[in-house]
Amino acid sequence: MSHSPLLDVESLHVAFGRNEVVKNLSFSVQAGETLAIVGESGSGKSVTSLAIMRLVEYQHASITKGCIRFQRPDGITCLDLTQLTDREMRRIRGKEISMIFQEPMTSLNPVYTIGDQIAEVLALHEQHDRSSARQEAIRLLKLVRLADAESLLKRYPHQLSGGMRQRVMIAMALACKPRILVADEPTTALDVTIQAQILAIIRDLQKELGMAVIFITHDMGVVAEVADHVVVMREGEKIEEAPVKEIFANPREPYTKALLSAVPKLGSMQGHRLPRIEPLIVFDGSEARRVGESREQNTVQQDASPIVRINNLVTRFDIRKGFFGGVSHRVHAVEHVSLDIYPGETLALVGESGSGKSTIGRSIQLLQESTSGDILFSGKPVAQMSRIEKMRLRQEVQYIFQDPFASLDPRKSVGFSIAEPIHTHGLLSGRRNVQRRVSELLERVGLKPEHAERYPHEFSGGQRQRICIARALASRPKLIIADEALSALDVSIQAQIIHLMMTLQREEGLAYLFISHDMAVVEKMSHRVAVLHLGQVVELGPRQRVFDAPQHAYTRKLLAAVPVADPAQRHKHVLLEGEIPSPIRKVGDEPSIHPLIEVHPGHFVSREASHNHSPIAVNNNIQETGT
Amino acid sequence: MLSLNFPSLRRFKNFEFILGILLVGGIAAAILLSGWLFPGGGSDINLAMRLLPPMAESAYPLGTDPLGRDLLARVVIGGEISLKVGVYSALGAVMIGIVMGLVSGYYGGIIDMLVMRFADVQLALPFILLAITFIAVIGGGLTNMIILLIISQWVQYARLVRGSVLSLKDREFILSAQAIGVRDVRILFQHLLPNLIGPVIVLMTLNVANNILLESSLTFLGLGVDPSVPSWGGMLAEGRTYLQTAWWVSVFPGLAILLTVLGLNLLGDWLRDTLDPTGRTSL
Repeated sequence: MSHSPLLDVESLHVAFGRNEVVKNLSFSVQAGETLAIVGESGSGKSVTSLAIMRLVEYQHASITKGCIRFQRPDGITCLDLTQLTDREMRRIRGKEISMIFQEPMTSLNPVYTIGDQIAEVLALHEQHDRSSARQEAIRLLKLVRLADAESLLKRYPHQLSGGMRQRVMIAMALACKPRILVADEPTTALDVTIQAQILAIIRDLQKELGMAVIFITHDMGVVAEVADHVVVMREGEKIEEAPVKEIFANPREPYTKALLSAVPKLGSMQGHRLPRIEPLIVFDGSEARRVGESREQNTVQQDASPIVRINNLVTRFDIRKGFFGGVSHRVHAVEHVSLDIYPGETLALVGESGSGKSTIGRSIQLLQESTSGDILFSGKPVAQMSRIEKMRLRQEVQYIFQDPFASLDPRKSVGFSIAEPIHTHGLLSGRRNVQRRVSELLERVGLKPEHAERYPHEFSGGQRQRICIARALASRPKLIIADEALSALDVSIQAQIIHLMMTLQREEGLAYLFISHDMAVVEKMSHRVAVLHLGQVVELGPRQRVFDAPQHAYTRKLLAAVPVADPAQRHKHVLLEGEIPSPIRKVGDEPSIHPLIEVHPGHFVSREASHNHSPIAVNNNIQETGT
Repeated sequence: MLSLNFPSLRRFKNFEFILGILLVGGIAAAILLSGWLFPGGGSDINLAMRLLPPMAESAYPLGTDPLGRDLLARVVIGGEISLKVGVYSALGAVMIGIVMGLVSGYYGGIIDMLVMRFADVQLALPFILLAITFIAVIGGGLTNMIILLIISQWVQYARLVRGSVLSLKDREFILSAQAIGVRDVRILFQHLLPNLIGPVIVLMTLNVANNILLESSLTFLGLGVDPSVPSWGGMLAEGRTYLQTAWWVSVFPGLAILLTVLGLNLLGDWLRDTLDPTGRTSL
């Protein structure tokens, strides 16, 4: 191996107009090495990856200074990528350096088959004819461990799952045997079990093909899993650069330390019965400080009657296909789920996508009609409620969505959005009183009263989620349903919001239904955990029992897939094969219901009946209609 | 996403507003004052002075038409009918279209099906056929003409609004308003409407121009007002035969339509961008 680097970035500056988003960045990548660029949103990591591909120009940004030296295949001469013309660059893009993006659905063209799209790349750069392109495409799909490659060629992107699409993207990126693969958050949109598979594939292929990988991510767990070398970025600048073991064992810069300590670690609550409010690590520019104290979150009122009681809830969606629109398949979103939520309790619902966890939350909030079963709110079934009682439910149960930007009306000021529940439920009268309450709520969630005049786009993601919490608090709720409310946030912001939510729970006696796929966050926050699989609860119990002594195979599988933010433990866990099973079944093919049995006081596990599940691939022409 | 709110663009927005206000305000003022400016009403026929080119006589700065009538007076007076027809029918169509579009998009189901099938039938019917039937049954006149234009044009607004509602109603901020228990009327008019009004405003400003021209063909069919009362569309049609010999007969009313529509478009663009708090310039 030669010692001159394959790619050498030297004092790179990238600017949008006058706004510099990458400042004086230097790093280099050797052949066969994985470099991870880590940073929070706005750190300039994605812009860096686009600059290497020279795609920044399409985003109306420009490389103002610096050079990107790329070694030619002969190993002697170097090209400065910043100096190449567009035509020369096109020959390098996709052929010598290729890229995969975060969102595999939007990166594939929905109107062409997988085969056509791979063949296009091959025809463009490798001069393949039709039949040899086909053979090569099959080989590539097998390379990314996609079974049944021949039939995949004729399928369209929407017929594949997210994980499969991302593998197709990788196959396309590898089509011309690139020497550098740039991966921009390739696993962020995927479930943990699928993420583990994709990471393993990238790792293995890198070894087989000897290429260099530049891996852009915000997730320290993923970094620990794949990287050899790490560059930490913040606000466009490189903060620290070191080998991966060094970064985790011995971070030098306070920012890196703060970033690492904000990462929720699976197993950090081992031995604790109750969740704890942990002190916040605040990074104020030069130093990381600890604020607050560690306290036990002993807020559950076990003796009180539950706020919400879910009884045998079933929710199914009909899928109509064909000319006459008859129901041929059904999505079994929720199957016979029973849960209680007590005042002051955080009940976590965990599971992969399609496990029905969001549907349960929506059913409680009356946003989703259920097929059968009861939801009891303060002892009364919602189905028998009058309009006034339903309004009371909508006042006392509030919902926080995953994307804080999408859940605020962009045309309304923040003050309007926070006051809306107050007006809707007639909680206060008089402009003055409402205004005072809005100011109070904004201060409650750590914002300023004058922020009420501003619009959502003027805030950062973390601030917007605080606004959503303020809006939820406005109607003085007893239960807040947080649907993946922390998933879209950076880890340091995530830690702040967890702190805020737990403080509010202590002070207002709130209960949370915490819907999440992130096992580490769930471990930090919740009193009880319900694990959902294909719409059924497979394990339910106190957090300590479920995390320390998981009984169900699926729970163990979920826990094992979580990336561990420790490079020393890399590859220790077994890799899981296969896709997430689909909850879509033929009409008449009812899933078998696994009854829960109590293995320990309060700890229930479903008894596994024989496996008669037959997942059906989603075919074309499927129209979903709510029943 | 890149938002285009550079200072230079802001300045252009202000320029847009000023020019729009000047054009529309100037034309509106002239029309309002027309009775005082041209007491003759532009209908004095003077065959000795027929087809005078502009600036040939100081009494006729824009020249005269084939009957020797003052073109300037007729252009100013003709604006009244044209603007009334253009603006009232567009406003009426917008209001009906928005309500129908909001309701059918938001509630879906049978309401949506009824409204949209009705709209399809409406679109399938040729405009002229509809117009002639309308005249035969109800008769002509300014009000009837406006009603006819509203009936024939609310559909495009309804379709536009419905489409926007369909894409907006699954957005989380609408879901979150529903989760709070906000009443449907407020969701429709407080949350959905402000978020989809931009393209509606643009369509409306374009529609005004279209309606001004339609008025002339309706007048030709006998549905419009008394043909002796001048209107821009009517004058345009009238001057067509003289286009090679006396271009001014049709060019000046055409110019009046052009400036009015330009002014309205500028104002519409400005209004759309002002209503958007993110300050983005969008389609």
